[in-house]
Amino acid sequence: MSMISVENLDVWFGRGRDRVDAVKGASFAVKRGESFGLVGESGSGKSTILRAIMGLAPDWSGQITVDGKAISGRREKGFYKQVQMVFQDPYASLHPRHSVDQVLGETLLLHGFTDIDDRVVKLLDDVGLGGKFRFRYPHQLSGGQRQRVAIARALAAEPEILLLDEPTSALDVSVQAEILNLLADLRVEHGLTYVMVSHDLSVVGHMCDQLAVMKDGEIVEIMAVDALRAMKAVHPYSQHLLEASV
Amino acid sequence: MTLLDVENLWVKFPSRHGVFDAVRGVSFTLGKERLGIVGESGSGKSLTGRAILKLIRPPGIMTADRISLEGDDLMPKSERDMQAVRGQRISMVMQDPKFSLNPVMTIGEQIMEAYQLHNAVGKKAAFAKAVEMLEAVSIRDAPRVMRAYPHEMSGGMGQRIMIAMMLIPNPQILIADEPTSALDVSVQRQVLDIMDNLVKERGMGLIFISHDLNLVADFCDRVLIMYAGRIVEVCDADKLREAKHPYTQGLLNSLPRLDEPCARLQVLKRDPAWSEAPSVSGRI
Repeated sequence: MSMISVENLDVWFGRGRDRVDAVKGASFAVKRGESFGLVGESGSGKSTILRAIMGLAPDWSGQITVDGKAISGRREKGFYKQVQMVFQDPYASLHPRHSVDQVLGETLLLHGFTDIDDRVVKLLDDVGLGGKFRFRYPHQLSGGQRQRVAIARALAAEPEILLLDEPTSALDVSVQAEILNLLADLRVEHGLTYVMVSHDLSVVGHMCDQLAVMKDGEIVEIMAVDALRAMKAVHPYSQHLLEASV
Repeated sequence: MTLLDVENLWVKFPSRHGVFDAVRGVSFTLGKERLGIVGESGSGKSLTGRAILKLIRPPGIMTADRISLEGDDLMPKSERDMQAVRGQRISMVMQDPKFSLNPVMTIGEQIMEAYQLHNAVGKKAAFAKAVEMLEAVSIRDAPRVMRAYPHEMSGGMGQRIMIAMMLIPNPQILIADEPTSALDVSVQRQVLDIMDNLVKERGMGLIFISHDLNLVADFCDRVLIMYAGRIVEVCDADKLREAKHPYTQGLLNSLPRLDEPCARLQVLKRDPAWSEAPSVSGRI
């Protein structure tokens, strides 16, 4: 059974003649423990799909199912214990005046944990930061360390699904390798399911089992990573994208 | 022929904890070629580009034994004299068109302003020249684009407009600081091809600053690899994959590759000796 499935998803912004259809009739399914990639150019609607799943894009129609339960309207509290998101830019997604301890502590409190002190230490260990980073502020951390904090924050709720929105595009290649390794390890340790958005085909090829290629709000092709490696794209747009990135 | 000759360039920033050296004694020359500068963020590559135009603002300090543009030393020049160099003889394209175009001026006004600042011509001639330049960077329907504002343009168009604006005074050297990292892969190629053609046709020198090793290996003739404010290696771009320095190798190995899948990516192990070693000269 699939962990996340999206069927015939439409997402739009604005109304009347200002209406923009950001996602049109997208359907895909991700099995438990699998990692699924969404690739496409900027403006193709790949991040919007993640935002619609999280409830950050209010106007959508179609069906989103998480672990067998259909989602509609306002998300229940339990939903956010199951699904968490890591955003693109670690420079923008952490509060500049909250220390790492505050960021993680507050998240844990909101999720109803009581043994906050132990959990903060464990989370920092999990993402490879260690205790000495606990009382630092975001400006005292490098880009890679910040993204580790953002990942720790997402793991705080002990979710089963992580939605990753371009988790490494703001980072250097050497730091990107560290973060991708960390994400791969965490997936195995915690049995996580990933949906990952990226514009970089080689990153998706490294991380994912299956991927969907998007263009102008529509999914033009869903293929396995082996087909991608063998350069066996069917749709002309995915072929074009593949040529441009090799 | 040597267009630009930089010797022993330093950029320093005084701070509460002593002076921070961002660029430490970099030397290189540029002929009519495409010279790539690669490195991670904080390696000093962008500051090197800015320092050539003497665009380091106080409290930053820059020193160099020599920055000579066709035999003409820029170091003793005053701010006023530098105005005649910037744009006119050396131009710079910045990373993100969103932040480098004026949002409240039409694109036409901005390009014409750039042209009229350096040439004593009337509005009509400037307009014709601007349209011609926009067409040279493959923008269709140039007269319409001239009337448009920057927010109406896509990222790729914005970057091509920036390139048109920088090339209109016909400079000898173009410094491109991450000109394509804000763009999608498919648009990236297009912008690079346009830049490549213009540089070839006009016989310009190009300094291409980027963090993307594959792109630089494809696009440039010669590459300087910077680490912690110094040049650690100089090599021909097509031989970048055979680079010898462990830092360059580490960077190349940390890239995921479609054709060679692996379970774990290699992580760069930094050796303190790399930043201690003296800078390699990029002079020919």
